[in-house]
Amino acid sequence: MILQAPRYTQQSMVDPAGPKAAMVDHFWHFLIITASIVTAVVFITLLIALFKRRRPVEPQEPAVHRSLTRWVSASAAMTLVIIVVFLVLDFRLGRAIATVPAQTPLRVNVIGHQWWWEFQYPDTVPSNWISTANELHIPVGRPVLLNMSSPDVIHSFWVPNLSGKKDLIPGHATETWIEADSAGVYRGQCAEFCGLQHAKMALLVIADPPAKFNQWLTASRAPADEPGDSTAKAGKQVFLTAGCSVCHAIAGTNAGATVGPNLTHFGSRLSIAAASLPNNRGNLGGWVLDPQRIKPGAMMPPNGLEPDQLNAIIAYLEGLK
Amino acid sequence: MSATLRAEPILEPALDVELDRVWRGRSGFIGWLCSTDHKSIAKRYIATALVFFLLAGLEAATMRAQLSRPENGVLGPDTYNQFFTMHGTTMMFLFAVPVMIGVGLYLTPLLVGTRNVAFPRANAMGYWVYLIGGILIYSGFFVNSGPDAGWFAYVPLSGPEFSPGKRVDIWAQMITFTEIAALIAAVVIITTAFKMRAPGMSLNRIPVMVWSSVVMSFMIIFAMPAVATASLFLAMDRLISTHFFNPAEGGDALLWQHLFWFFGHPEVYIMFLPGTGIISALLPSFTRRKVFGYPALVLSIIATGFIAFALWVHHMFATPLPQLGQSFFTAASALVAIPNGVQIFCWIATIWTGRPIFRTPLLFTIGSIIIFVIGGMTGVMIASIPFDLQVHDTYFIVAHFHYVILGGVVFPLFAGIYYWFPKVTGRMLSETAGKWNFWLMFIGVHTTFFPMHQLGMEGMPRRVYTYLEGTGWGDLNAVASLGALIIFSSVVVFLGNVVWSLRHGAIAGSNPWDSEGLEWATTSPPPSYNFANVPVVGGRAPLWESGDELPVMTGLARDRQQVLVTTALDAEPDSRHDHPGHTIWPFIVAVTIGIFFITLIFTPWGMPIGTVLGFAAYARYIWPKKNHDPSIVELPRSVPQSEVPR
Amino acid sequence: MRPGIATRALTVMLAVATLATAGCKREERRFREVPPAADATTNVVMSTLQPGPSVVSVATEHPYDKDAFAIAQGQRLYVQMNCAGCHGLAGGGSIGPPLMDAKWIYGSDPANIFSTIVEGRPNGMPSWKGKLSNDQVWQLVAYIRDMSAQHRKDVRTSRTDDMAAIPDDQNRNRQTPRPSTNAPSSTKP
Repeated sequence: MILQAPRYTQQSMVDPAGPKAAMVDHFWHFLIITASIVTAVVFITLLIALFKRRRPVEPQEPAVHRSLTRWVSASAAMTLVIIVVFLVLDFRLGRAIATVPAQTPLRVNVIGHQWWWEFQYPDTVPSNWISTANELHIPVGRPVLLNMSSPDVIHSFWVPNLSGKKDLIPGHATETWIEADSAGVYRGQCAEFCGLQHAKMALLVIADPPAKFNQWLTASRAPADEPGDSTAKAGKQVFLTAGCSVCHAIAGTNAGATVGPNLTHFGSRLSIAAASLPNNRGNLGGWVLDPQRIKPGAMMPPNGLEPDQLNAIIAYLEGLK
Repeated sequence: MSATLRAEPILEPALDVELDRVWRGRSGFIGWLCSTDHKSIAKRYIATALVFFLLAGLEAATMRAQLSRPENGVLGPDTYNQFFTMHGTTMMFLFAVPVMIGVGLYLTPLLVGTRNVAFPRANAMGYWVYLIGGILIYSGFFVNSGPDAGWFAYVPLSGPEFSPGKRVDIWAQMITFTEIAALIAAVVIITTAFKMRAPGMSLNRIPVMVWSSVVMSFMIIFAMPAVATASLFLAMDRLISTHFFNPAEGGDALLWQHLFWFFGHPEVYIMFLPGTGIISALLPSFTRRKVFGYPALVLSIIATGFIAFALWVHHMFATPLPQLGQSFFTAASALVAIPNGVQIFCWIATIWTGRPIFRTPLLFTIGSIIIFVIGGMTGVMIASIPFDLQVHDTYFIVAHFHYVILGGVVFPLFAGIYYWFPKVTGRMLSETAGKWNFWLMFIGVHTTFFPMHQLGMEGMPRRVYTYLEGTGWGDLNAVASLGALIIFSSVVVFLGNVVWSLRHGAIAGSNPWDSEGLEWATTSPPPSYNFANVPVVGGRAPLWESGDELPVMTGLARDRQQVLVTTALDAEPDSRHDHPGHTIWPFIVAVTIGIFFITLIFTPWGMPIGTVLGFAAYARYIWPKKNHDPSIVELPRSVPQSEVPR
Repeated sequence: MRPGIATRALTVMLAVATLATAGCKREERRFREVPPAADATTNVVMSTLQPGPSVVSVATEHPYDKDAFAIAQGQRLYVQMNCAGCHGLAGGGSIGPPLMDAKWIYGSDPANIFSTIVEGRPNGMPSWKGKLSNDQVWQLVAYIRDMSAQHRKDVRTSRTDDMAAIPDDQNRNRQTPRPSTNAPSSTKP
């Protein structure tokens, strides 16, 4: 299992949980039915042609030739009709999914890195901006406008249960919108080859009822919790001195680097390593000690931590709720 | 004086000896390097392409082994990235287009009734350039320097910052080689098909196979420069700090995609159209009637060639291009189904009113129609932008393009191999092994690729070296990997069939299938000069229309390599042209081209060194012979052919 | 069958063998290596001028000097760890000394540079001990030597996808390292 979390939905475009995916799913039903009928007709005709009993017909006879011409022309015309119907339906659908609903959308900035996702929740008040990683919280029933870019290579944001994908292209700001109809946890994955760990650049979209979402947003704006017990206090020291702060930031401490994911409320995340592992002590220990065993090629180096240091830092990070 | 053409005994026994002496060339290794015989060169193209097919197949088998279980340990991420890049690059650049070029180069002179192609030396040079390119990239691959950014090498991933080392540079230069070879072959095929046909073979009597090779060649001429430009820009960005694809300095990552896909989409039709030509060429033998709808077939091929250039943005639907513009490409991508469909309807009409003979070529043809139709259906589906935004870059697309390529390129190719093997080698392939080959491949293809539709819709992206246990993709992947084993076994059967039949296959006469095309009017294998006397045609099915009494035209020289040049539209005799004969210089020029481009990967000194060497070799190549005696004779149109003096 | 198949195969093998020597090391991607680091740095000497019997210091080479991937990783780290902030984006120097020239105050050997990064130096070079893993430091070392074009041409980095402030190292001329005894003049009051 990827997660022990409840309400986790398997990635699937035919299990829609949002309006865009639902519209495409309906269209898919039209497509598969039409394609199946056409394929069946062609195959049956072919099989009959191969195995029917032969009447001694002279193929060069003008009547036979005329009849065949009529059949082929009719088939070509039928193909054209089907394609035109398809195009009309498709253009209407295309316009529908491109139109953001009238409600005021929630705006989130998506920045794709090799090989993790950064989500920023901008606000008019600068101190309310938050940056989190790999888990996108959204409110149910409200469109979310994603403003996307990439500082390195092309990535693609894709959560099949909610919406089609959109590329993140360096030098371009791309935009798309998603919306969830029901609460749940939906998995997505990077869908444009971006290097060594493209396979493990996944994300989770956590859709909560609006009230719960606002709670989360407010809590996220607060700085990190102070460590509770002595182990966690030692862990904070390890974090600040052992090289973690060179790449990671935790709001409310001296660690402010933006090279790696922001860890401010790490303890409340469902997963680690871009949704590769559930977030628990065992996995976290393995990841911190040697990320290259889980994601060979990732930018995070192995850390030569002593066992007690490792314990301490796990206690600290898990306490950052 | 007209004479009748019969394949085995020739009326003038001395004629074949004289012609053979002139056309055959030296034996031995050097003679093999010097050969400008189109059949020899085409066989090399096909053999080399099949070697690359096997290598790419092994890469695919390894990938499937890695993906058969979640979090498998067969290949790490770096090696897997090299494997899938090499699989795509090999199949697209080193197998599919060269093999169709090879088939076209072998058949075109035989189908239009002439002795050799229009530019024999250039033809030879093209093959060597292709071979050097293939050796280059595989040498890189075997020393851990294989490209790892995908066969499409999107920037910025393939650019200077994110792909260190020489991997992508080797790939970019390999493209140059295969593109030069393809362009040469395209020019050769077009010129041969338009200017060297048998008298009487007007445009409306040209075999469909030749039409498809011609349209393929025109498409190569228009499409290849785009990828050459793209790879040139990429090489310059990586080696000399230009900024074509650097947004910070005014470049654009999307420029690469446009340039690449402007080539990339026509590329797949370049591979596919000769496949349709092969089917139209062999159906008459196995349905005992001429193929139905010749004008419709030819016009469909030409229409497909045009429309193919209007589709490329459908690879870029997920980019921020304006939606109105993208919709144009949706419409074109859907409408291309019409000419393709017309061809299939014509073939079914042919079978409907014919008498099917169930030999291996027909089995592969039927298999190809079935597989291609399925691929075509998913193709129209993904023309839709909203639908494509869900399945783009997933295994649904992998399933789609493997279906259309297997159905439109590989199965017709195998059908053509079983059909023309007797002509090329003089022996029949085993029919039993052929049926095993077909059924294993047919079942294997469906087993491997049909589950991938479902995998894509369940969210499995492409180009992933592994996937997590909890995604639930393990079962379908295991089925797909099993299918790969079945395909592998079918290829083993095929290889065994070829090796065995080369020695023990039944001797094929000149026309074992009782076919109607001109290539069956000569021995199997054809002599070095193809036809003892130039045939004259009066219809689309020369051997069926004239039976044993195929008229010929005499008058070409017997002491040097001379071919007949005819007018482009009506194929009236126009002049006689002397070919240069066998020479080593195409090979040497190709080697200097190799030196030029390969050295450039590592140092700019490649440019002066390669230019000097290449210029010297090319000057020697085209240097006119001192005792050259061109006897190009302009024939007035009113002189009857029988009166032509020798 | 045909003459020339054996010769063709031989040609392929020759081509492979020629490239093998150059290619293998250049393209290695080492993800979990712990390079033989620590002991190399305990006997670091910065000058051949010594009292007593001379200790011959042999210029050493590090495996990353032939590894294009490692040098590229060093380029990435150079920007991310803000070495550029003191030493300039292309190693041209600002408040820190230039790294792309021939003058090396504390030695140009890989072990010297490793020591510089890990221990820090007077006049403002911070100590990165414990902040970067040994592997990352060796990648930086390889890149710093790359900035003065010490490496073979085919492993040097290319330009980054930024504004042209970081040009490529491929077309630079190799600087012959020589010791410099001048302290950076910008720190003089």
